[in-house]
Amino acid sequence: MTVAIVGVGHTSFQSTTPDISFKEQMFEAAVKAYEDAGVNPRKDIASFLTAAEDYYEGYSIFDEFVPDQLGAVLRPVCTIGGDGLLALINGVMQIETGLFDVVAIEAHSKASDILTFPGIVTHGLDPIYNRAFNVHPYFVAGLEMRRYLHETGTTREQCAAVVVKNKENALSNPSAAFAAKMTVDDVMNSAFVSDPLTHRDISPLADGVIVMVLASEEKAKKLSDHPVWLKGVGWCSDTPWIESRTWSTAEYARLAAERAYKMAGIKNPQKQIAFAEVDDWFSYKELQHIEALGLCENGEAGKLSEQGNFSRNGKLPVNVSGGRIGAGNLLEASALQSVLECVLQLQGRAGKRQVKSAEMAVAQSWRGVPTATGCVAVLSSEL
Amino acid sequence: MSEKVKDLRGTRLSAADLESEDTITVRGRPNAKYAWSAGIAYTKYLEELKNGRIVGRRCRQCERVLVPPRMYCEQCFRATDEWVYVKGTGKINTYSISYLDADANRIKTPILVAVIDLDGAGPGIGILHKLGNVDIEKIHVGMPVQAVWKPTNERKASVTDILYFEPIEEE
Amino acid sequence: MNVKRRVAVIGAGITLFRRRLKETGKELSYLAANAALESAGMTLADIDCVVMGTAPDAFDGIHMKADNLLDGAGATRKPYSRVYVGGGTGVFSPIGGWWHVASGLFDTCLVVAEEKMSPCQPHPQTAFRTIWDPIITRPLNPNLVWIFALEMNRYMKTYNIPKEHIAMVAVKNKANALDHPSAQLAAKITVEDVLNSETMVWPVQRLDISPPSDGAAALVLASEDVARKYTDAPVWIDGVGWSLDSAYWTNRDLCFPQYVAEAAKMAYKMAKITDPPKEVDFAEPYDPFTYKELHHMEGLLLAKKGEAPRLTAEGVTQRDGDLPICPSGGLLGVGNPIAAAGLMKCCELFWQLRNEAGKRQVSGAETGVAQAWGDLMQVGTVTVFRR
Repeated sequence: MTVAIVGVGHTSFQSTTPDISFKEQMFEAAVKAYEDAGVNPRKDIASFLTAAEDYYEGYSIFDEFVPDQLGAVLRPVCTIGGDGLLALINGVMQIETGLFDVVAIEAHSKASDILTFPGIVTHGLDPIYNRAFNVHPYFVAGLEMRRYLHETGTTREQCAAVVVKNKENALSNPSAAFAAKMTVDDVMNSAFVSDPLTHRDISPLADGVIVMVLASEEKAKKLSDHPVWLKGVGWCSDTPWIESRTWSTAEYARLAAERAYKMAGIKNPQKQIAFAEVDDWFSYKELQHIEALGLCENGEAGKLSEQGNFSRNGKLPVNVSGGRIGAGNLLEASALQSVLECVLQLQGRAGKRQVKSAEMAVAQSWRGVPTATGCVAVLSSEL
Repeated sequence: MSEKVKDLRGTRLSAADLESEDTITVRGRPNAKYAWSAGIAYTKYLEELKNGRIVGRRCRQCERVLVPPRMYCEQCFRATDEWVYVKGTGKINTYSISYLDADANRIKTPILVAVIDLDGAGPGIGILHKLGNVDIEKIHVGMPVQAVWKPTNERKASVTDILYFEPIEEE
Repeated sequence: MNVKRRVAVIGAGITLFRRRLKETGKELSYLAANAALESAGMTLADIDCVVMGTAPDAFDGIHMKADNLLDGAGATRKPYSRVYVGGGTGVFSPIGGWWHVASGLFDTCLVVAEEKMSPCQPHPQTAFRTIWDPIITRPLNPNLVWIFALEMNRYMKTYNIPKEHIAMVAVKNKANALDHPSAQLAAKITVEDVLNSETMVWPVQRLDISPPSDGAAALVLASEDVARKYTDAPVWIDGVGWSLDSAYWTNRDLCFPQYVAEAAKMAYKMAKITDPPKEVDFAEPYDPFTYKELHHMEGLLLAKKGEAPRLTAEGVTQRDGDLPICPSGGLLGVGNPIAAAGLMKCCELFWQLRNEAGKRQVSGAETGVAQAWGDLMQVGTVTVFRR
């Protein structure tokens, strides 16, 4: 499999963007990505994939409203009903068929247009079995966090430390929406949403658009001086039933990582992966995902994180971009934001937050409550 | 398939079945409310509708005036260049007579809908709207029509600030 | 550009299509998936990945509904993707499955299409309120049928098409559907019946429309090597194409579905078809409304612009004609559970090309084309299957 990312473009990530429509934001990100890649969408791009969910947008059949601003009118365009990384992975497969050489991927969040976000999340719960409780849908995360803490011995303080780290990392990310200097106490003392989950354990929503251009090996070498190669991809959906789920380990991430690592020839992720961008929709999820990715032993992430192992200057930096917690929760686009950070770092374009001598990175995504679905990609600056 | 498959699965329910006590259903209504940002282009469009004017955006490369306006030209893939007002007259591109409302209930007085290609806009650039003050038998493709506006104080910066399009008296 | 690997369809399954089915979306997915696996002689363990096609979540009333459906679709702990292009989804879902296998990443793929429209109350129509631009269109309170009527009128006026010719499509398809085991709306009707049926949104009348339905369908795809282990009669996916036009549909001429033509050209190129009317033996264009079959025949380049009605009147599109169109009975006859209806057409190609279509069998079928359509008169999705 030899597909590379040859161009990226994005808007800044902001808590609200009332003056501009999602279409205008998509145009901005697309123009930047196509400039970065040196392509004209009307001629050079063979296929376009957008990651979107109707209920996040408030439109049914959302793909109706994307082609114009992506330069994709009367071109092959489709929606992947999944996160941005799943859209990217499907784009990779399209290129690998041999029928397409350059493909564009788009994902965005216009969360500020959603007035009833908990209502939307609730609408994702099983209507027969899980909606009767009339409680904030993050109860699912509360249940999972409790079990995770119980089985691994991770403490709430260690989860809070993730929030502190990611918000601080975001201070060096000019695109980030929610950079801040916080203390563990600031997080621990915030109000409970669903014990043990507090308000500050939850990533805040933000708006933003990310567009990427992928290319086959032959085209990538022509288009870019520093293509970022996809060495391995994996994705997995564990059971949708919250009743029969494994609560302490993120099995979907573990299985997805297994497949991605196998493809990439990674036998020892702790040694071979230089840094990672993982999903941190909730503070504890970052720790759970680090373990699922085999970046440390099961149950050790909290302790190691506390010791600075995953800090920007640590052995294996995680979420240098700030993640959802610091950069902003971009819904389905956060998956692409994780990939974006990997690309910028691997190309040496990460400015103040540049990780030194990074060659191989992993990006991991999760679709949020109530799913047990996510993707993993291994990226490298070397072919 | 017909030869190999003996029976297809699926249990039919009638409308009456669905209402009966034997059928267990769970009812709910999504709490899904949105406030969609109109953005630069639509905000201007709506503001000008309130002023009794229809505004579009011109792309200097293909020279089309786009209505509804957008800040990008989807054919040339570049930013559009300037606001251009169009007269509010046009020709019917296609039309229909609806005996159904938005929820598929039957209505007595039909709603007349049309796509009106606007004078002064690019070729084939039309908008969706209603027809009014017109003899149904006389409606035809190519019929010249003009916008009829709500009184100034009733306009809300909405596409409904135009009440309907009516035929222009032909000489 | 050369496709790396040939992909075959080796199994197909379908449920009944009815206005309301008791089964949940998960259960419908399971029934169709199970039937497809049986027909392929496989179990779920033989499946490497799953692709789901299902149209608006607003019908089922579940956000991210494909995630809710995944266990019924056999995707638990497997790589699972949902592809979505509105009404075009049914024919697009095997295309999604195709790239999973043609890429070389997987050898087998289960493609499932599910639609459960009945949960939406008081009528599934209400869900269609949300497909419109909320700022420039929804304030006009449009009914979905408006755009069909506008397009139908434009098509009829541009090419001077008599309503009788359009009505013949309903007569043919509902009659064809009498031989389809899933059929919801099979019937023997006449052109007069159609012309006398209630006017909904002129010129669209009641018998011009396929009503909402519940149902599911599934296909099993395999790489060439694996396919040949399971069957002597693989059906090859020789062409795939799709195209999405501008959202600003009032800025487009609706008399010809350019997006279908673009999709068809893409699929024909891959399938090395240069003379479609000669090289395509039969087709299943998307027929949610009578005139759409004709509109799409022209979009598929199987008839010249404005010519499809005449071919219909001459009987060319009957099962025993020179170019059978919708031998399955189409959406008008079998039903319209959106994504499942599109996949039903691909199932039909499969059964026809394997000589398993029973009473619906078209003779000498070597190359078949299925096409779906959706969004705001916007998307065309096309597959070319060959024996």
